[in-house]
Amino acid sequence: MISGNLNTYLIISAILLIIGLYGMLQHRSLIGMLISSEFILNGAALNFMAFNRFVAPNPAVGQIYTLFIMGIAAAEAAIVISIIIAVYRKYRSEDPEQVQDMKM
Amino acid sequence: MIVFEYIAEALFYGFMILTFMGGFMAVRSKMLMHAVLGLAVSLFGVAGLYFHLGSPFLAMMQILIYVGAVCIMIVLGVMLGNTPDQLAAKNFMGRNMILAIVACATGFASLFVAISQTKFAPAAEKIGDMSIQFVGENLLFKYCLAFELISVVLLTAIIGAIILARGGREEKAS
Repeated sequence: MISGNLNTYLIISAILLIIGLYGMLQHRSLIGMLISSEFILNGAALNFMAFNRFVAPNPAVGQIYTLFIMGIAAAEAAIVISIIIAVYRKYRSEDPEQVQDMKM
Repeated sequence: MIVFEYIAEALFYGFMILTFMGGFMAVRSKMLMHAVLGLAVSLFGVAGLYFHLGSPFLAMMQILIYVGAVCIMIVLGVMLGNTPDQLAAKNFMGRNMILAIVACATGFASLFVAISQTKFAPAAEKIGDMSIQFVGENLLFKYCLAFELISVVLLTAIIGAIILARGGREEKAS
């Protein structure tokens, strides 16, 4: 039964983190990088939940922290999408190499 | 009753595969819309893993907030950006792929070694349980300040998003 083992969840969240890292390195659009950052945040949240289930003395803390990560991720996605909309209006592009200078 | 445990284990494998396949789809697909679909599939798999970790409440919140709200918002961003035809030619990565794979493999190997070498001792005694009631009591009494701060952060983010998205339009109109 691997579903009752802490290391399984830790390795799953490590793979999620690595998927996010790979996408962050490889995607060539701002939205692709935003999607990859969601993977990284989810890996962290799954890690917290796994430790909460198997190790933590107070089993509510991990759930509360995961809820906070969800809130932060929602706020981050809203901010990033509005920044992308503003950048797209300004540059007509969402290639990060074209928008890397802050000069208008 | 042993049958249910086997069904749960099979579902665990299913959710794990869903998570990984969604992730690969998200980072390897040529069109951004497929990447968002992969993200949604992967987050759904993570919601199933939360279920296995004993928290149906967080599984539901994951589906509601991530699969529901965040993915819809990203789809909105994709639709406001480039069209898929341009992206199919331009977006697909390829440069420095070897380097990225080497970096990710190194990171994963070090994490794997760290996970397998560490002994995590379970807590001596547990207070409370995984129920929503206990989470709510903790959220409203012990972690009240963090709860209020996260709502302030969300409010600030919403106001900032509105201001950022509005500012471009006014400049364009003038």
